[in-house]
Amino acid sequence: MSQKLKLVMVGNGMAGVRTLEELLKLTPDLYEITVFGSEPHPNYNRILLSPVLAGEQTLDEIILNPFDWYIDNDITLHTGWTVTAVDRIQRVVHAQNAAGETRSAPYDRLILATGSNPFMLPIPGRELAGVLAYRDIADTQAMIDAATKYQHAVVIGGGLLGLEAANGLMKRGMQVTVVHVSDWLMERQLDPVAGGLLQRSLAERGMQFRMAAHTQALLGDANGRVAAVQFKDGTSVPAELVVMAVGIRPNTALAEKMHLHCERGIVVSDTLQTVTDPRIYAVGECASHRGIAYGLVAPLFEQGKVLANHLAEFGIGRYTGSLTSTKLKVTGIDLFSAGDFMGADDGSTEEIVLSDPHDGVYKKLVIRNDQLVGACLYGDTVDGSWYFKLLRDGRNVADIREKLMFGESNIGDVGHQGQSKAAAMADSDEVCGCNGVTKGAICKTIKEKGLFTLDEVRKHTKASASCGSCTGLVEQILMFTAGGDYSATPKLKPMCGCSSNSHQTVREAIRDKKLFRIGDVFRALEWRTPNGCASCRPAVNYYLISTWPKEAQDDPQSRFINERSHANIQKDGTYSVIPRMWGGETTAAELRRIADVVDKYNIPTVKVTGGQRIDLLGVKKEDLVDVWKDIGMPSGHAYAKALRTVKTCVGSEWCRMGTQDSTQMGKDLEKAMWRMYAPHKVKFAVSGCPRNCAEAGIKDVGVIGVDSGWEMYIGGNGGIKTEVAEFFVKVKTAEEVLEYTGAFMQLYREEGWYLERTVHYLHRVGMDYIKQKVLEDEVNRKALWARLQHALEGEPDPWFEFSKARVDTRQFEPVAVEAASPA
Amino acid sequence: MTVWKAICRVEDIPVLGSRRVARENGLEVAIFRNDADEVFALLDRCPHRGGPLSQGIVFGQQVACPLHNWTIDLCDGKAQAPDEGCTPRFSVKVEAQVVYLDSAELAHLGTDLTRPIAGPKR
Repeated sequence: MSQKLKLVMVGNGMAGVRTLEELLKLTPDLYEITVFGSEPHPNYNRILLSPVLAGEQTLDEIILNPFDWYIDNDITLHTGWTVTAVDRIQRVVHAQNAAGETRSAPYDRLILATGSNPFMLPIPGRELAGVLAYRDIADTQAMIDAATKYQHAVVIGGGLLGLEAANGLMKRGMQVTVVHVSDWLMERQLDPVAGGLLQRSLAERGMQFRMAAHTQALLGDANGRVAAVQFKDGTSVPAELVVMAVGIRPNTALAEKMHLHCERGIVVSDTLQTVTDPRIYAVGECASHRGIAYGLVAPLFEQGKVLANHLAEFGIGRYTGSLTSTKLKVTGIDLFSAGDFMGADDGSTEEIVLSDPHDGVYKKLVIRNDQLVGACLYGDTVDGSWYFKLLRDGRNVADIREKLMFGESNIGDVGHQGQSKAAAMADSDEVCGCNGVTKGAICKTIKEKGLFTLDEVRKHTKASASCGSCTGLVEQILMFTAGGDYSATPKLKPMCGCSSNSHQTVREAIRDKKLFRIGDVFRALEWRTPNGCASCRPAVNYYLISTWPKEAQDDPQSRFINERSHANIQKDGTYSVIPRMWGGETTAAELRRIADVVDKYNIPTVKVTGGQRIDLLGVKKEDLVDVWKDIGMPSGHAYAKALRTVKTCVGSEWCRMGTQDSTQMGKDLEKAMWRMYAPHKVKFAVSGCPRNCAEAGIKDVGVIGVDSGWEMYIGGNGGIKTEVAEFFVKVKTAEEVLEYTGAFMQLYREEGWYLERTVHYLHRVGMDYIKQKVLEDEVNRKALWARLQHALEGEPDPWFEFSKARVDTRQFEPVAVEAASPA
Repeated sequence: MTVWKAICRVEDIPVLGSRRVARENGLEVAIFRNDADEVFALLDRCPHRGGPLSQGIVFGQQVACPLHNWTIDLCDGKAQAPDEGCTPRFSVKVEAQVVYLDSAELAHLGTDLTRPIAGPKR
């Protein structure tokens, strides 16, 4: 039997233990694990010390991994033992406890997760009783005890941690003065205006402030307990408790003793290995990655994931840094900031500001070169995550500039009663309208399961896991329940858990490396799973067939059932059938055939769809082939990520208002582009006059006839978020409508990410880009249109040309089983 | 003694796909084949909302339900955590490329389970 490798971890905090959790998920048996922790507790949620101090949660509630967890996972845990030395030659860790006893443990791999130390101002009196830092359970307990005996507290430091401490002490009945050297609070996260609003709001609750104040000394009483804080200007305030919250420093004492390279943290590579000794890793607040030591939980967990991946010998994960955002955990105060929220003095940035002092709302967005580079929000933070995403993606915001301030969720959001402030919601209020999840249920699950990230909450509660429109609310709830900085921080979001590749990376690799099969993609891009999952395989299949039409072969087994059976699955396992009616026009003969089919196959429901087609619901899978044949109309592709319908009004043929023959235009568009697979479903509409009866304003491409030609709009969407299509171009002829529509569609087909609607593609690349590719560059437009026509040339109708469309007809018939035959 | 019933040949099931096996009583049995030519059999019914697993996407030793994307383990029928639930699994024997199911299980296993009802109330 082979000996397990020995893994020792110094430190028993959040980043380190999360790393072990990730490691155990990947490879439960590779290592024999030993953990040393100086504190007597198992791993707890340090971020929630503030709610504990404020009396909103108990210590038991913030334990993340109880002692049983270590036992269940065969982890040897030494709590109350501080590692004092590491012998890198012999590979042994030496530790000591409070009684001075010693213990050692050998290692093959060593993780340093020593976290950080609070910085104590080097002023006289700092050794007095009643002078504390605010870092761990012991500090918190000491503060709680002090609050029962004493009246005056001073918190030095008006940053995130200091204000949370001050708030907690105030809630415990103390008179609290916050002393801050800067002119406004949280100057590293807020601009002066937002800092002022915050101060006003805290002052209303009874907190006192000494701004721009320099502490000179702490004065003691006869018993050696602190009694007052004295300032450089000679004044002083009484204080029987002084909390120093002026910052933290990565704890590198042990690492330095081990002669590991340290520079404001233990210097690590992208695989979290120390640059000095590859057997030794550092993770969390003590690690310095590309010059940054992170202090927020999301980036640290991201590091943990990469480190676990490396320890598990998968060796493909890399940590490339994170962007961070800030929120304050003081109940009832909403603030958010990210990026360069101050803006530059040199005039290279512009600011958009909304200020409503009466309602306590302040928002500032900082823009440089048409990109959002910073945001500072106070009072209304629901769009924080949206701004953070824009910031991270570096998206060009020129086209949405005037809407930017009003946020994403303020534009036609449905499904949660227009709520935008999670704090104001009752526990019984529904947050996620798709899956019926209440605020109370989300809070309970976050607490019980110890969740930190949006993805985890989605998995466990299903909230925001379907349409996603309530994501902002769920993030807010996560924020004040778990206290985590929730943001998904990897700079490039992987398309799924099967690899670390983003959609863009995969698209580019398929094109640049000339990959034609799913297996080739998985090999070339180092997929971790043998054949992907239900999320990445359909995406990769689409990328292949859209990049290499006529060359890459479609793989039906990598398509969602609807595109495999060419009908739409219903909740009871039956299917719906929607035949194609060009431009929404039909005939008596077609209607008779449909009626006959409904009778013949006992189809329970017949419904007219929003896209002007007829839907037959409740068709048995066994009947699909016969139903298609008997109806004798082309596939409507209502089941596919493809061109679905072209909705039209009657237009100038009949309508007394009509200026253009919109029905014919719609039919022509539909005949030119049906069978066109796309990243997501695609809908067109054509109206014959500006009254726009075909509702062209909420379609992927909307065409409106005017007397002098056709106006074209793109990127509309009537779904989760109503998105009004944006004006694209005005053209004179029907041929131009076809060419411009086709060119835009081909651009979207070639560049869109799977399941990205045109509106999201448009927002990602920007209207200017699309105009440049389709309007300004005539050669490119014609080439795009030609490529689309080439791709669609001779494409089969999957309802009739089974073998050409690679429809496996075996799926329609159950296997017939003969009489029993003993074997 | 187990009485094995011949169902079909392995190649009758698409790679990374499935077939449905109708039986006298109860819902169909879904038989799956992965790309390592392993064959699995589960009741064709997701433990979540009764979706037909035979219509899902097969990957590794798992299938994703077509209705709400629950991931079900083909070996034991269990839903992937944090989801909870389990669908009955059927014994499978493959001999000389012929797939066999246990006739006692075919006759009795999971016959009480039904499909959800859709459509107008009758």
